[in-house]
Amino acid sequence: MKETQIRGRTYREVFEKYAIFIAFILLCILLSVMKPMFLTPANLLLVLNQASINGILAIGVTFVLITAGIDISIGSVVGLAGVTAALCAQREIPIIPSFFMGILSGVLVGAIVGLLVTKGKLAPYIVTLGMMTIIRGVALLISGGRPISGLPAEFGYLGNKNLLGVPIPVIIFVAVAAVAYVVLMKLRVGRYTFAVGGNMYAAEASGINPNQIKMFVHLVSGGCAGLAGIILASKIITGQPNSGEGYELDAIAAAVVGGTSLAGGTGSITGTVIGALIIGVIANGLDLMGVSSYWQQIVKGLIIIAAVLLDRNKKRQ
Amino acid sequence: MEGRTVLEMRDISKEFPGVRALDCVKLEARAGEVHALMGENGAGKSTLMNILCGKLKMDGGQILINGRDVDIRSIKTSIALGISMIHQELNFVPALTVAENIFLGKEPHRRWKAWMNQSEMVRQAERLLKDMEVQIPAQAKMMDLSVAQQQMVEIAKAISNEAQIIVMDEPTSAITTEEVQILFRQIRKLKTQGAAIIYISHKMDEIFEIADRVTVLRDGKYIGEKKTEELEENELISMMVGRKVNELFPKEEARIGEEVLRVEHLSGQRFEDVSFTLRKGEILGFAGLMGAGRTEIVRALYGLDKITSGEVYIHGKKAKINSVKAAINQGIGFVSEDRKLLGLVLGMTVRENITLTNLKKYCRLQFIKKKKEKQTAEEQIEKFAIKTPSQLQQAVNLSGGNQQKVVLAKALLSSPEIIILDEPTRGIDVGAKSEIHRMISGLAKAGKGIIMISSEMPEILGMSDRIIIVHEGRIKGELMRQEATQESIMQKIMLKQE
Repeated sequence: MKETQIRGRTYREVFEKYAIFIAFILLCILLSVMKPMFLTPANLLLVLNQASINGILAIGVTFVLITAGIDISIGSVVGLAGVTAALCAQREIPIIPSFFMGILSGVLVGAIVGLLVTKGKLAPYIVTLGMMTIIRGVALLISGGRPISGLPAEFGYLGNKNLLGVPIPVIIFVAVAAVAYVVLMKLRVGRYTFAVGGNMYAAEASGINPNQIKMFVHLVSGGCAGLAGIILASKIITGQPNSGEGYELDAIAAAVVGGTSLAGGTGSITGTVIGALIIGVIANGLDLMGVSSYWQQIVKGLIIIAAVLLDRNKKRQ
Repeated sequence: MEGRTVLEMRDISKEFPGVRALDCVKLEARAGEVHALMGENGAGKSTLMNILCGKLKMDGGQILINGRDVDIRSIKTSIALGISMIHQELNFVPALTVAENIFLGKEPHRRWKAWMNQSEMVRQAERLLKDMEVQIPAQAKMMDLSVAQQQMVEIAKAISNEAQIIVMDEPTSAITTEEVQILFRQIRKLKTQGAAIIYISHKMDEIFEIADRVTVLRDGKYIGEKKTEELEENELISMMVGRKVNELFPKEEARIGEEVLRVEHLSGQRFEDVSFTLRKGEILGFAGLMGAGRTEIVRALYGLDKITSGEVYIHGKKAKINSVKAAINQGIGFVSEDRKLLGLVLGMTVRENITLTNLKKYCRLQFIKKKKEKQTAEEQIEKFAIKTPSQLQQAVNLSGGNQQKVVLAKALLSSPEIIILDEPTRGIDVGAKSEIHRMISGLAKAGKGIIMISSEMPEILGMSDRIIIVHEGRIKGELMRQEATQESIMQKIMLKQE
């Protein structure tokens, strides 16, 4: 009997959702036994803080993946959004509008990708592969290829300040996750996103316009990448045109570890959040154990493959 | 004459989580005989065949081939044992040639195994096809062939595997009547060569034409084996459903009222100058051969394809149908011929599928009202007698008949005035079929206008008030219920263009 899953609905699926959560908890227990340092509140907040940028990117790309698309331009968007915000702040535009412009640049890229995918009928992988290069080029061009520094101190608040003892990036991450959860699980557009990814033709025959949905998910993905970009720029108080390189792969990895299928129709925000946390926790744990960053990359890759293997075996039963 | 027993499956059991799919089932196939395996969808036919082909592992039982106990662990062992399966959804590589497909995985080679002998392969393929007396070029690409020709190639592949047991899973579900005869000719030939053929089909007339013996399964249990010549159709049906199905086409008299739909000189992709009317309470049958353009006409009416010229009037008012949404808003409901492709999102739950078309009604602002959605799904499941353990079951896990009921429940949720049914009972079992026919009659009685496309003549004749004959994208004639017969319809189709 075939068992493809879509959301934590049946008992079996609820168990599966917990399975990755259990894996995450076990990982945390293992790390705290090996390195008691791990379990200190300061370290846990550090992990969360470090995972938040990848987490926000991963949430955005989860929407695209559910529709059976892909977006590998988001890493470049991180760079573009940071540079855009920094350039605005440098020209004495107030900080909040500057950040807003940064996010807007991401949404704009999402819109272009969306148009090329829907109107141009191009494969998302090709479109975003092209956009990845183009956007990186644009970021380098408008920044003159140099980091934009010497920004007002307030530019760094978003990435470095705490609110009630919690780093602001973490708060934003939680907020984005909450909103994304509601959109995907409670709103009509979320249901349509699953329908388009599950069976585009049936969705169309049900009166849903698949192009609208694809446009929507690319706007979400671009917006999330823009948001991640300004947080990163704020953290280093610099608009760094090269920032975010390779981030797209970490984001897609987080989604996949969290149970989102590249074939579309399947995925969840809770899964993606846990996926991002697992990747973050492992990086942190290996750091604490003094493992070289070269090894960390190898471990990360192994985990992605293991997660997909596990998922496939579950489905095959 | 009694053929030698080639295959014996004894006490086969298989359990899936929560379901006992097969419970001590047996099957015996003899050389030189066609053995029909029958049962409703979900009876366990596919599971049994998948075990035979090595796709599934049985939990208990024994398989004997030529009296020898065998252990079928993989598809490869089953092929080595001379078992070949021709699937409902044909399995081949479309971009490769006929010869390459036939010899896929066993290409003739030169001295080194890695070096294929292309010309030898083509030669062998040509000989094979010639022996079968079919006209298929060995070097044609698979994707350029018709479904029937592709099937012939699959049979050629089975022969080249020296298969002694050939399983055919609904081989006629996508081919025309004439092509069925070509297939049957091949089957008879295979019989004389001593092959044992296991034939799965829902079509009664085919079974009685081609099969020598029938084994019936129901709910994963073995019901019985009979010789077809000693069997009556009604008896077979009641073996399959476990009760008497008294009426296959429960046509009820409905009052035919005013016109709900008028189509004038409609043209579009693969159809031209189509005009007809539909009245309240009327079932309008669209008869014709496969690929006649019937599906294209209704796809355009539902806004799935472009209308290039012509007018559509709904309740006497000119209607503009430029999208599916527009069609739905104007009261058109559509049940597609391909429920897996166009009807359902298989990975979604029954509930989500039922409300998908009308989700807007179950939303406040943009939020889905869970309670209302749940209640509606419950009502629809009851109304359409959908057999599902819960409304949170994924559509993929339902049987074909129940999936089709979900599609109906979905299309009829907003109670459209005009209902288009494209092959509403294709590939579903007798029990569910008569239920769906009863529903269609009920809808007509409730004053809906219904367009029904069907390639099954008995269905068209049994259900329609009026029949329109479509051929090569044009309407070739119209017959009233009283004057319509299989012959009169075929006559209209064959009529030369004026």
